Amino acid sequence: MRLTELEQEMLDGRHGTPRKWAIQQQMRVGRFFDAEDFVEVSQVHLMADAESLGESGVEFLERVAKTPPEHRRARVPTVTDPRGIDFEAYRRLGQTEKMAELERRVIAAFRAMDFLLTDTCINYQTVMPPVLGEHLAFGDTGSTIYANSVLGARSNFEGGPSALAAALTGRVPRYGYHVPANRRATRAFIVKDRPRDLSAWGALGGVIGRRVQSYWEVPAILGIEGAPASDELKHFGAALASFGTVALFHMVGVTPEAPDLPAVMDPGGPAPETLAGRDIDAFYRAYGGAGDKLDVVVFAAPQLSLLELQTLAGLLDGRAVHPQTAMLVATSPEVKAAADRLGLTQRIERAGAIVLKGVCFYQMHAREIGEAMGWKRLMSNSAKLVNIIGGYGYAPSLGTMEQCVAAAVAGRVPKDVG
Amino acid sequence: MTADRVIRGHAGIGPSVTGVALVADDYFSARYDLDRIAGVFSRPAHKLYGQSYVGRVLVLRGAKGGVATAWMLRNMAAAGRAPLALLLNIANPIMAQGAAFADLPFMDRFEADITRVVATGETVTVDPEAGQVAVHARR
Repeated sequence: MRLTELEQEMLDGRHGTPRKWAIQQQMRVGRFFDAEDFVEVSQVHLMADAESLGESGVEFLERVAKTPPEHRRARVPTVTDPRGIDFEAYRRLGQTEKMAELERRVIAAFRAMDFLLTDTCINYQTVMPPVLGEHLAFGDTGSTIYANSVLGARSNFEGGPSALAAALTGRVPRYGYHVPANRRATRAFIVKDRPRDLSAWGALGGVIGRRVQSYWEVPAILGIEGAPASDELKHFGAALASFGTVALFHMVGVTPEAPDLPAVMDPGGPAPETLAGRDIDAFYRAYGGAGDKLDVVVFAAPQLSLLELQTLAGLLDGRAVHPQTAMLVATSPEVKAAADRLGLTQRIERAGAIVLKGVCFYQMHAREIGEAMGWKRLMSNSAKLVNIIGGYGYAPSLGTMEQCVAAAVAGRVPKDVG
Repeated sequence: MTADRVIRGHAGIGPSVTGVALVADDYFSARYDLDRIAGVFSRPAHKLYGQSYVGRVLVLRGAKGGVATAWMLRNMAAAGRAPLALLLNIANPIMAQGAAFADLPFMDRFEADITRVVATGETVTVDPEAGQVAVHARR
């Protein structure tokens, strides 16, 4: 790879051990993907929950944190993805002191590196929305696909170690979605039946993701008349990324790079595939669980916006979650503060739910929580969450927010789930 | 050991290793698919459900899902719960970033579908620097 004078200095260790490690890590990845040089980034979004890090990852962060300040501090603004512990709620969820201690060590290391502990996966809605053409190092699949697609920014999936490296160097290897030629659509889908709610937008993302199944494919979506809401695109993108490892989509007539199909797809591209309501229905049915006793309802993945919390509060007013069922609601610390101020948290928790801040369910030792609380059957309106959580020992059901609330009140998955 | 056949791919990451292959026509995510403490595939829908991947040359179609694998591979290796190597038809950045962080042998972009030209139980030598996988003749 071609290096600038500054990059060569970092590689030579003249800016400290952490920056030397960082640029070496980035060069190994860059060479793997045939990158020729680096591109500077304006912000970093870092995923580093303690469950993913494990003891070895935490020790690695602590070693960086012990180096001199001029060696360890982030070169560009760096914000964090959800943590694994909400310190005001973890004991109620069966999480252990050992888990909390690991999380405290991570937080201390991040502060030493001058990271902003935003603890959110919806930073594009709540912290600093990227702009068209801005190069980023975003480290959550949901934040990356939203920034790339809805906002027209440029990022690859930068997993924890690589986002950490980007924070230390202020740049990333130039490959993938930093390169304009790679942003052209390679597949096209015509949506015949517009999704009716957030969950269905997630299901649509899941259906397309299953058909795509490659990071290097860029789907173009046709047939959506009128702009979807930010939360709808949030659920769509998060599920598309989760099911298909996709980092960029174009929605023709909606997203900024796609005023029409020729703007994003070369002539002679593959014929569009048609998706109808029955494809979405089949996606829901595959999760099943109709009539089962329900252990926990989770609203998370992505964290809820203030508008989603308002809708949920409205659905819960005057109702009570069944004594044998739990309801967890995850949002960012900033949105939680706003929800507290506006009375939404009180309305949701009065019904028996718990509003968690700065966490996301699958990133908080979900297997151990399930074992401690005796939870097996889980219901959510998030297609992304039900995709992930099966590997953690749960039996997931997918429904709309209204169905999830009704199920939580009844203590059972409804017969007409989906 | 004699190589029965050699499969070429893009130059990869990590040191050269020799081990026994575990192959499936399916995808891979450490977060979505594994019980990383028990060292087995834990996602019921996965084609390797219930099987141990520890110390095996894991051969799958491609990457899927989220970003957590980038951290997890290193911790799995530190705990003695990692595959010996990972071979995919098509990587995503997360797998490459995780392999680089863990120094785990990793390759992709082979001249043929790697899940069809290597079989479970075969002994293979993965040489990422040379960009090749040697499948050794059974005795």
